[in-house]
Order: sequence, then C-alpha cells, then structure tokens
Amino acid sequence: MTTINFVEILVYLAIIVALTPLMGGYMKRVFSGERTFLDPVLRPIERAIYRACGVNASQDQGWVDWTVTMLIVNAASLVILYAMQRLQQWLPFNPNKFGPVSPDSSWNTAVSFTTNTNWQGYSGESTMSHLTQMAGLALHNFLSAATGIAIAVAVIRGVAREKAKGIGNFWFDCTRSILWVLLPISLVAALFLVSRGVVQNFRADVVVKTVEGVEQKIAQGPVASQEAIKELGTNGGGFFNANSAHPYENPTPGTNFLEMILIFAVGAGLTNTLGRMTGSVRHGWAVFGAMALMFLAGVFVCEWAEQKGNPIHQKLGVAAAPTDGGTGGNMEGKEVRFGIGDSALFATITTDASCGAINSWHDSFTPIGGLVPMANIATGEVIVGGVGAGLYGMFLFIVLAVFIAGLMVGRTPEYLGKKIEAHEVKLAMLSVLILTLCILGFSAAAAVLPAGLSSLNNRGPHGLSEILYAYISGAGNNGSAFAGLNANTPFWNTTLGFDMFFGRFFMLIPILGIAGSLAAKKKVPESAGTFPVTGPIFSFLLVSVIVIVGALTFFPAFSLGPIVEQLLMKAGTLF
Amino acid sequence: MKLIVRSTLYVVVLTVLLGGVYPAVVWGVSRVFWKAKAEGSFVTGDGGRVVGSELIGQGFRSPKYLHSRPSAAGKQGYDATASQGTNLGPTSSDLEKAVAAAVAAARADRPGDPRPVPADLVTTSASGFDPHLSPDAALWQALRIAKSRGVPEEKVAEVIRRHIEPRTLWVLGEPRVNVLLTNLDLDRSLPAGR
Amino acid sequence: MAPPKRTSLFDRAIVRAAVGDAFRKLDPRLQAKNPVMFVVLVGAVLVSVLLVRDVARGKDVLFNVQIALWLWFTLLFANFAEAMAEGRGKAQAAALRRGRTETMARLQTRKGEEMVPATTLRKGDCVVVEAGQVIPGDGTVVEGIASVDESAITGESAPVIRESGGDCSAVTGGTRVLSDRIVVEITSNPGETFLDRMIALVEGASRQKTPNEIALSILLAGLTIVFLIATVTLRPFALYARGVATTPVLIALLVCLIPTTIGGLLSAIGIAGMDRVLQHNVLAMSGRAVEAAGDVNVLLLDKTGTITLGNRQATDFFPAPGVLAASDLAEAAQLSSLADETPEGRSIVILAKEKFGLRGRHVEGMHFIPFSATTRMSGVDWNGRRIRKGAGEAVIEWVRGLGGRVDPAVTDLLNRISAEGATPLLVSDDAKILGVIALRDVVKPGMRDRFDRLRAMGIKTIMITGDNPLTAAAIAREAGVDDFLAQATPEQKLALIRKEQEGGNLVAMTGDGTNDAPALAQADVGVAMNTGTQAAREAGNMVDLDSNPTKLIEVVEIGKQLLMTRGSLTTFSIANDVAKYFAILPARFAATYPALTALNVMRLGNPRSAILSAVIFNALIIIALIPLALRGVRYRPLGAARILARNLWIYGVGGVIVPFVGIKLIDWIVLALHLA
Repeated sequence: MTTINFVEILVYLAIIVALTPLMGGYMKRVFSGERTFLDPVLRPIERAIYRACGVNASQDQGWVDWTVTMLIVNAASLVILYAMQRLQQWLPFNPNKFGPVSPDSSWNTAVSFTTNTNWQGYSGESTMSHLTQMAGLALHNFLSAATGIAIAVAVIRGVAREKAKGIGNFWFDCTRSILWVLLPISLVAALFLVSRGVVQNFRADVVVKTVEGVEQKIAQGPVASQEAIKELGTNGGGFFNANSAHPYENPTPGTNFLEMILIFAVGAGLTNTLGRMTGSVRHGWAVFGAMALMFLAGVFVCEWAEQKGNPIHQKLGVAAAPTDGGTGGNMEGKEVRFGIGDSALFATITTDASCGAINSWHDSFTPIGGLVPMANIATGEVIVGGVGAGLYGMFLFIVLAVFIAGLMVGRTPEYLGKKIEAHEVKLAMLSVLILTLCILGFSAAAAVLPAGLSSLNNRGPHGLSEILYAYISGAGNNGSAFAGLNANTPFWNTTLGFDMFFGRFFMLIPILGIAGSLAAKKKVPESAGTFPVTGPIFSFLLVSVIVIVGALTFFPAFSLGPIVEQLLMKAGTLF
Repeated sequence: MKLIVRSTLYVVVLTVLLGGVYPAVVWGVSRVFWKAKAEGSFVTGDGGRVVGSELIGQGFRSPKYLHSRPSAAGKQGYDATASQGTNLGPTSSDLEKAVAAAVAAARADRPGDPRPVPADLVTTSASGFDPHLSPDAALWQALRIAKSRGVPEEKVAEVIRRHIEPRTLWVLGEPRVNVLLTNLDLDRSLPAGR
Repeated sequence: MAPPKRTSLFDRAIVRAAVGDAFRKLDPRLQAKNPVMFVVLVGAVLVSVLLVRDVARGKDVLFNVQIALWLWFTLLFANFAEAMAEGRGKAQAAALRRGRTETMARLQTRKGEEMVPATTLRKGDCVVVEAGQVIPGDGTVVEGIASVDESAITGESAPVIRESGGDCSAVTGGTRVLSDRIVVEITSNPGETFLDRMIALVEGASRQKTPNEIALSILLAGLTIVFLIATVTLRPFALYARGVATTPVLIALLVCLIPTTIGGLLSAIGIAGMDRVLQHNVLAMSGRAVEAAGDVNVLLLDKTGTITLGNRQATDFFPAPGVLAASDLAEAAQLSSLADETPEGRSIVILAKEKFGLRGRHVEGMHFIPFSATTRMSGVDWNGRRIRKGAGEAVIEWVRGLGGRVDPAVTDLLNRISAEGATPLLVSDDAKILGVIALRDVVKPGMRDRFDRLRAMGIKTIMITGDNPLTAAAIAREAGVDDFLAQATPEQKLALIRKEQEGGNLVAMTGDGTNDAPALAQADVGVAMNTGTQAAREAGNMVDLDSNPTKLIEVVEIGKQLLMTRGSLTTFSIANDVAKYFAILPARFAATYPALTALNVMRLGNPRSAILSAVIFNALIIIALIPLALRGVRYRPLGAARILARNLWIYGVGGVIVPFVGIKLIDWIVLALHLA
C-alpha cells in the first residue's frame, strides 16, 4: 500500500466520522417527527402521499402489523417490477427496442431489487429499457432502501421504548426515509455526478465513427439519477453491466470518492441515531467503533493483497511495485483512474455495506484480495452495512454478543436495559441459521450439480469461490459478484432468487420479532453491575463475536476456495 | 385486501415521484448547466466530426497512436453497449496466456528495455473501455509512436506529459493519461506521420 | 453461622458412583435432552457402525477405532461431569434420608392418642412430641414451647426454641425435640414435606432448566446446527475439488466444532450451583430462584440481625433519681449478669469493667435467676440481696410487689432511651430501683465494606427497620447502606418491593414472620429464615437453614457465579474452535491440496495424528474443566466492566490459545506412542 492510498483511507474514514453525528442527529429528528429545515417543502408532499393512498400514518403498529404492511408493500412492488420487465416492449422510453426480459431473469431481478440486493444476472445496457431502469429499478432502489431504514428505525424503537405495544408505523417510517433522507441527498448527489460527466438523457445508443474509423456504439440513458440512489441506498444495481467501473457511471476519482461516501453515509449515521434514540450516544459510537475497526482491517488486507499482485504475472515481467506513473500490483479488471487504492477501497466499502456496486471486478482480484469482500458479506454486512440492513444485522450480533458475554458478568444478559432471554436468542439464532443454510446449502448444490458447474468462468478453487461468492452475495443482499459466473441461467436465476428472498425476509422477520418483544419489556435501570455496551471492550467483544461466528461458519468452505488458491498462486499453479 | 390496494397505490404514487419526477428534474437541471456532459461528453476531431466520447475508451491499432488497455467488452472489444471485464481469476491459465501475449507485444515496442512492463498495459480493464492509461504505460508506447511518426521519442513523450492528469486533491485516484485526447493531440502536434 | 459443609471435590465414593452413572446416562432418551451431546452420540454410533463394516472388509482400522473410542469418551466424560454434580447432591440426600428412619407419630384423635407411622400423616393432623422424640412431619406448633435440635437439616448443633403462636412456630419433620412437650399441627401431606422436597432437589430429580439455561441451550443448539451445515456441505465442496471427505473424519470435525465443552458441562454447572447454595445451608426451592439471585439489584435487609448484631450491647448506665453513685448501678448490673451467658449479659459485664473498673467476680453462695419468658427478668440472689434486671414494666411490677416505690422520672428515662432507638433494661436491688442500662444495636464489623462491594456490583441496599427515622438514618449512615425504610410495616415493605420492581429492579429480601409472607412472595428472591413461620417458609423461594440474614449476599454471589460460569465456558468452548480448525482442516485436505499444509501452524505430525489430537483434546478438556464447572469460576465483587474484561481475557483469549498448546502436546504423545 502506498502512503497516498493510506492517507486516502484515513481521509475517507475521517469524513465518515464527521458525517455520522450529522446524519444521525438529522435522522433522529426525522423519525421522531421533530422539525427539520426541509419540512416546509416536504410536509405537504408527505401529507399528499398519505391522502392519495388512504393510509393512516399516525397509528402505532405492533410488530406483526408493521411487518405485514412492510411485506405487502414489498410484494406489490415486486409484482409491479416483474410485470414491467415482461411488458417493457409495449411501454414507453424504450429507444433501443428491447424485447421482454425472460421469466426467470425477471423473477431474479424483481427479487433482487426488492430485497436491496441488486444482483444483476442481466447486462443492464443491453436488456432493460430506460423506463424499466428509471421507473422500475430506480423506484426499488428507493423503496428497498427505505424499507431497510424503516426496519432499522423500528428496531431502534424496540430497544428504546418501554412496555410499549408498537414499534412505530411503517407508512410513516418508509415515506419519511424516502422524502427526508434518500431523495434530497440523491438529488444533490446526482447533479454533482452529472457535472463530472455522468450521463442523464433518454437517448438510444449513440453510434460514432472512431478516430481509426471503426463504428463504436455507446449506450446512453438516465444514469445519474439512478447512480446517486444506487450508492446512497446501498443498492448497487448499476445502469450498466460494468457498474461503477463504467466511465459513464463513475468518470473521475472525485465521483468515485463521493460514491464511496454515499455508500456509508446513511448506515454510519444510523449507529448515531441508535445512540440518540436509546439515550446512549456512546453506545452508538461503540457500535460505530466496532464497524470502523473491521473496515480498516478489511481495507488494509485487501489493498495489501492487491498491491502485492499476482506472482504468476509478475514472473512474466509485469510491474509489481508502484511508481510515480504506474500502479504496479494486480490491475486485471481494474480501471486506471482508480488504480489499486481506490479499487480495493471501493471493493471493501461496497461489501462492508450491502451495496454491491463495483468499480473493479472482484473475480479478478487476488485470492486474499477477493476473500475480503467475500468475508465482509459473509459476516452479515454489518460493517456499516446496507442502509438499515447493516444496523439490524448488527443488532443480531449485538444480541448474541450481549447474551454470551452478558452471562459472563453474572447477570441475565441485558441490552440497554432490555433483558435478552430465550425468545430473543431463539429468533436471533433462527436468522443466523437461515443465512448459513442458504449460503452453504445452495453453494454445496451448485458445486456438484452440472447445472451449477456449467456456468463457471474459472476452474480450480477459483470456481468454488465464484459459487460461494454468488450465494453469499445473494443471501447477504449485496449483489456484487465474482462476475465471471454466468448467472443468467434458469438454475442460477431461480436459486439465487430464493437465496436473496430468504436472506432478506426470513432474516428480518425474526429481527422485527425481537424488536417487538423488546419494546414490550421493562427497562432495568443501569448500575455498576450492568453489562457495559459502551466503550472499547464492547467494541472489541462485538468484533470478536462477528469474526468468530463468521469465521467458524465459513472457514471450511473458504479454505477450499480463496485460501487454498492464494497458496496455489504463490506456488504458480494454473487451472 | 384494503391493505393490498393501498400498498399498490403507494407503490404507484412513489413510482411516479421517484421514477418520473426525480429523474426528470435531474435531467432538466443538467440540460441547463451541463448539457454536453449529460449527453455523453462527446469529442469532435479534426473537421468537426464526432470521434467518440472523452470518457469511453476506443480501440487503436495503428502504431502511431497510443493503444488503449486490452478490452473484454463485446466480441471486437471496446463495445460500449457491452461493458465487461474478463473476470478471470488469478490462477486462470487463460489469463496467464493473455497476459503473456500482451507482455510480448509490449516488449516488442521497446526491445531490450529491462524495466518491468507497466501493469495496466497488459491487463484488461474493468469496463472494457477504460479511457485512460497510466503515465508509465503511455510513455512505454512513446518510442513506437515516435518511430512511426518519424519524430524523436522525446517529442511524443512531451505531448503525453501534457495530458497527464494528476490525482484529485492530492490523494484521490491515480495519475492518468486520456488516450483519445492524447491521440487527437498527437495528430495535431506531430502530424508528420500522416 | 455454621461453616459451609465442604465435601472434597473428588470424594472417592462419589467418583465411583459417577463412573457407573456415566455409562447409564448413555441412554439415548436422556441424551436427547441435550442436543449438543445427542449429536455426539449419533456421531459415535455412526463411526462405530462404519468401523464394524471396515473390520468386516478387513481394512486398516487403527485410526477409526481411536476416533470411535474418543467420541464415546467425549460422551462419557460429559455424563461423568453431570453424574459428579448429582453425586454430591445425592450424598447429601442420603445423609438426610438416614435421619428419616421410620418414625412413629403420636396422632391426637378424639379417642385420645394413637401411634401411627409418620408417613401416613396428612395435613391438619395434630401430633404430640415430647423430649427425645423426632418430629414426624412439617408443621406448626399449636401448643407448648420446646427446644429443638435441628442439626439434621441445618448442621447447626445448638438447639433452637420453637413455641406456639409466635414467629418461631414452624417445625420441620426429622428434627428432634430436646426438652418439653409440644403439639404440632401437620402442614404437609406425605411426599411433600420439606425434607422430601429437599431430597428431591439435591438429587436433581425435580430440577427444571432455568430461563438462562434454556436460552443458552437454544444458542448452543443453534450453533450445533450451524456447524452441522458447515461440516455436511464440506463433502460436496471436497467433491468439487475431486477430494474425498470420509465420514469418520467429518464426524470428528463436527464433534470438535460443536460446543461440546459447554454442552457437556451445562447441566453439571446448574446442579453444582444448587449444590453450592445448599452448602451455604440455603435451600433453594428451584434453580430459577438461584439464577434470579444473580440478577438482583435491590437488596432489602432487615436491620436487626443483618446489619446490626441482633444481640444488643450495653452502651450506657443511667442511674435512677436518688442514686448517687453510678458505680452502684454498674455493680448491681454486673452482678446480675455474671451468669448471663448471652451476648447482652456479657456486654454488661464488660461495660461495667470498662467504665468503673469493676472486675467480674464469682462469689460463693450466689444464686442466679435465669431469664424466663414469663418473668422477663433475670438476676441474682446473694447475701440476702435480690438483684433483678429486665424489661421496664416487669421490673417495676416486681419492685412494686416488694413494696417499693417507683419514681415517675424512671418511666420518663425508660421512654427517652426507647425513643433514641436503644433498649432500656431496668435494674433493681430489692425494692430499690438503681437505674437503667441502655442496650443498643451495634453495626456488625465489616458491613460497610460489604455494602461497598455490593455497590460495586451494582446492587442497591435498603435497610428495613422498625426504628424511627432518626435512629434509622443514624444506623444507615453508620452501616453505609444506600437507603432505608423506617418504621416499616409489612404493607410498606410490600409497597416498596412493588415500587422497585416497577422500576425494572429485581428485589431480594429476607423475612421470618408471618407478616413478611406477602413481601417474601412478591420479592423476586425471598429468603425465609428457617426459624420463621411456616407461612413465611412457604412464601419465600429459598429457606436459610441457619437463619442468618446476611447470607442473602452470599446467595447473590452464588447466583452470579452460576451465570458467569456458563458464560465463561461458552466463550471458552467457542474460542477453542479456532485451533481445532487449524488442526483438522489442513490435515483433512492435505491429500487434495498439499499447499494447504501451510495452514498447519501447529506443525502437527501427520494428518491422522492432527485429527486424532483435536478429538482427544476435545474430550479431555471436558474432564479438565469439571472442577471449574463444579466450583464455579472465581467470583470477585467488581463492576461489570472489569469482570467482563477479566473473563474475556481468561476465557476468550485463553480459550483461543490453550487448545493450540494442548493439541500440540497431545500430538507429540500420539506420535510417540505410534498411534497414528
């Protein structure tokens, strides 16, 4: 890692640290219904939406009621997106005259965008009409992100409230997430992106004659508006196949830096919202601290591995060391403007959060470099995490950490005054089990079934890594990929569809269940005997639980994928 | 049932707002302030002909031009409707063959140069049309371009250096050279080879 | 307080019985209750079956035989741990049973008295017990007063007084009447007596899982399934790499990964926790109560006997009007107390010595009058003097009876001393009142320190007293309690508990009287004194056989220790897995990917020895941790943050490091013995 890359990481982290209390405080006001400076503009729109849809956004909902509403809204959006893809040839804004998307791909994509995964089995610029992209996919970018934030807020309320029946109101939480948080920031960010070269138009592919007289077709579209929410909502579904590596999505190091900040902005802020709403700001920082620690560990390992590069290629005479005018390291599947530093940093960030946008192909990373994104997702994307999803995923680990370690201080474990009992542990374990079963179960099937194997782009351990990464990414609702895998087949579209679906909904229902049960509990007043959830010990504990639980679950599989590949690469073995 | 109707209505209302109004506003504002950029940053060459986009790399075969990085986009490469990388893993023998071939080609440009070949020059870009080269990779090609244009290598290097874009704010990204803009400049500044 | 009865941890008889039980507990129906160990059982059976098949096919089975053996050992070791914990309880139960030989009861019937076996007694029956006889069942004294030897259940040899009507009316079956005659109304049916329940509890027969234990079991079961998935899917992954994963090795890996350490010791920890409570002579009615004790954050403590020495001490002499020399009073007081062996009596002798240099002397011809409940006085007859000391009214009456005159100032003095929270004793010499001795509560030594420790643990102490607020405040200050409730009535006590619970606190209290019963029932942890009434004993969820109210603090510590032991061993168990991965995985795939031997950081001899060593370590660590499980992790009264940091270091970080060392050592031995 070069000094400049190192400084960039620190600058990035410093900006996120500075943003966290700003975003956190703002969101606390938004979701507590307090006044904000945007109220004069947004209140009327908010009221109009409620009136138009005839919903009651002021009634406190119990967790079951809340969850059902959330599920039905999500189901409705899923069905509409499916229909839009199947019918796009008859709908407007289709200048390239794309035909309908295939049923299995439509299912996969509908689930993918509804679950905030944005796994893309298809190639955006050659499959989806502008309408499907702009109205169908972009809407989901907002809605799935808002759902995530709403869930996180509901969970926070569950912890903060005492002897309460409800955890808030879904309409309120969801609408406010969109209007107050996602839309304004997206709008500003999109305009900045356009100013740096991100396209925003409704044209068909432009055909030019190049300098040497060859025809080059260049895909166009309303990219900037989608790009902003893609990062801010940690969706990651790019307009183009190459995602944020595409110069029209991410033309400069500046846009790249902004996109990276957008990815962490809401997730990091929510840790602070958690602290403020539960009355323990220091707890929010302790959670953030745990995240920051894992973020730094991941990014350093990834950058180190990528900068070290591929000894097989270096033996052929490819530069290894960085110079003033060259990056060295492993540049396969990376863009020059990002080099090693910004590519590794982006890869770490996008998988820390459940974003899944990419600015370089993770499939071509060195094995350890690629293991970092994979491990980031496999541990539940709790390092800042997806908007909302990161916090409620972290909540799961907090419950487990508090339970195991809470016993160690000689009390029934309690989290911010709420006792963690058999019911909560049961639901938390259920979530963990579902994720594990999805990832390892589907991967195991794909590793032996011809339908799974035929899609692989690489042989040897790297092929297993591709399989693992796909299901980890799906269940983790990340959406990035070891994209050599041709996932646009009926087998992959279908299994990944279920993987994403289970990974999202079967995980968050138990979590909302925990929130509901915590909301109803009494608060035990804090004392010297209370398990401390602030401070470095707690951060350290949380990291240990995440790393150990994740490592223990996936280490066997990883050892046959990236870990052994790293050793083989050193030995110069080819497949 | 009431809930289903309301939910559907909610999704429709949001679709209009977020899928219609929001992109339209971004589009409208960008047309006023950054029209060229919003439309794709196209570049005109000699004679006012549009020769491509500043942001989208294109293929160059002639020895008198800077060659872009290898591409995996589309069958011919540099297909900007099919952005793609190779997605080959580090232990892939296909990748090793491709890199070996690219290294050999690069070595042919500078016979006897003992330095290692710049990494970006022999590896496939992520988008498939990376518009840039690292300064090292561009300067590596200067000798070949100079020979074919019949000028000293230093002249070509001078043009290339003019086009080195530094890191943004000292730390962001990497120094780089825009291939298309440099090539157009080469044609303007050193037209000898024509 | 009797010192806790300590049995050596590995008492030979207990160990012998436990070894037998370890085999008996292999019964799948028993194992099914513990999902972690059940998985081990299934694994062991599977490996054994495969082994038989391999033997039949004439394969080399040395390795698989060892794997199978160690899997069975793992099970047996876990069973042994549980049997050890139960064994200690059983030994205690057996001792109890011995005392409960077939007793005959003198049942009162309309016709008179009838001899019936004690086991046939039912609730409501009335029996007569006289000196030397054993009380046939639990009950309440309805007539008479007697001294009772309760050592059979308390281990305390000093007899206690049981009398009808008071707060000391409850008697326990199996105890022996030493003097006098009482009539007891039986309060429990056969099989439900205190002794029965006690035996059942210590034997573990009626043990139910506590809430935290259930939650932990769920966590462990969940982890077991996670590892099951991780192991089972290894087979297809190995297949992808064109490797083979043999079933015995996969089972070995699985058993090493699932939390067998805590899974095997979990029930032993619970039983041992109950046992530890019992060793402090506290009988918990359920494991739940012990666990709740660990959660307590408010302690209600009675002032008298808990915070102060229940036996008041003489602090002042107040001469009566007309008595010029205070030393006269002191002398008389001392004389009257010479034979008084109670702490109060002794304190009077000492005070007289300290204040007036009066030496205690024993003079021939002294005739001591002992204290009696009816006279409420004691004293001495000597040289024709009749010196008496006792409760104000009793002595005044006595003096009047002798024709003496009582100055109204004396009554004022008595009232004044009472108002200060002290107890006045009136002293008279024949018909003359000499003055008053003031007895005061003295805070027990070391209490302040103790409350400081409790505060550090996050527990608030509230002193309950019948005193007026002034006195209460003074004592509270002196003792260092956080709060006090003065002039407490049972209703106020109950209201206080409710208030604290409303605020989310768990409340523990001790009580003995019938009027304490509602509060005891309301409290999360109610410790009834064994000397208390039957009602109190029924209402509480613990009974302190020593009737020592301070013990509540120990009970809290045991509850905490119980939870800490579980948490620590869980952490240890999970942390252990790291090393096991490094032992087994490289070994497992060494044939497929020789490059993976780079992960063999312990440099274990060969793949077989690596796997075997991990399995052996996994089994032996259970045995190694039995003492810890039975004794509990060391408890220190520190704040939660420090306890957490400490235990994380010992059991978390230690749990990562220990197996690396252990497995390496075992590997050496395995290689040296040519076992693999």
